[in-house]
Amino acid sequence: MTNAPTSPDRTDRQIWMSVLARASAEALREHLADVPPLPAHRRLKGPDTGLVMLRGRAGGDGTAFNLMEATVTRCTVSMGEHMGHATVMGRDLAQAELAAAIDAALQNPELRDALMASVVEPLAASQDSARAETARKAEATRVNFFTMATMR
Amino acid sequence: MMQPGFADPVLDAQSAFRAVLEALSHPGRIIPIAPAPIPPAPLSPAMGALALALCDADTPVWQDGGAQAADWLRFHTGAPFAEAPAAMFLFATGRPPALSTLNLGTDEVPQDGATLVLNVASLKAQGTLRLRGPGIKDEVSLGVEGLPENFLAERAALRPHFPRGLDIVFCCGAQIAALPRTTEVI
Repeated sequence: MTNAPTSPDRTDRQIWMSVLARASAEALREHLADVPPLPAHRRLKGPDTGLVMLRGRAGGDGTAFNLMEATVTRCTVSMGEHMGHATVMGRDLAQAELAAAIDAALQNPELRDALMASVVEPLAASQDSARAETARKAEATRVNFFTMATMR
Repeated sequence: MMQPGFADPVLDAQSAFRAVLEALSHPGRIIPIAPAPIPPAPLSPAMGALALALCDADTPVWQDGGAQAADWLRFHTGAPFAEAPAAMFLFATGRPPALSTLNLGTDEVPQDGATLVLNVASLKAQGTLRLRGPGIKDEVSLGVEGLPENFLAERAALRPHFPRGLDIVFCCGAQIAALPRTTEVI
């Protein structure tokens, strides 16, 4: 969550995986309706639900601490010669499997452009606007306290 | 391309565990493992089943099956790889390392001794090996083809170290037979 979606040191695959991981199963299905059906995939691991420890760090030099455990669902599938992975928050098994299948399909150069245009980019755009909306609402509640210097 | 592991990770691992328990409690008895996964060659299905049922992030593993087998084991078990003397499970498809160099446990914790899983050419209920020891009434015989040269002599040389020692599981296809450290080959 800390990496901004467009930070330059992330690969294309990292970017699409993070977009897919944040999209609900319904949203994924809705966007997949616009492209030809995905090739069949085979489950390699999962989908299974478990806990991961989220670690946090207070300040730049603070030591890491365990913030909380989060429920995640992971899945790995194979599609042809490609392997797709997904780890999504929550316990929606179908969402994890679908995200993993799309990750595998995106590694296939023949399918990539269509999927990027009709699945990943629209999802990224809606996630960006949702994020901007939250930031805008939060910004509206900002309170600037008077400092000692301006109090006369 | 990555091969899948167990079709049902929980139930299949439990039945593989049960088969290993059965084999170790009745040395020399041939026990089928079903259902077994299909791991990449040269790992045998029985060997794959044992790896998936017994290995995890806490069990250092040694194997000689090559890169594909290593990828498969790492992906499905999450086990770290180790040099032969430090490994808890050894999956040998060819000649295993010298048995005396392996981890035999200590007198305080002999159960820490390694388990050697060895592919053999064939397993038959009757054969040249005559076995005696706990779990065997009087004597049983076991036919094993494709044992490495001097293997039984190397194993016999570990006997004075008891209770330290190695437990050995032979795999052939989807069948296993075990030779725990308590069993004597006569």
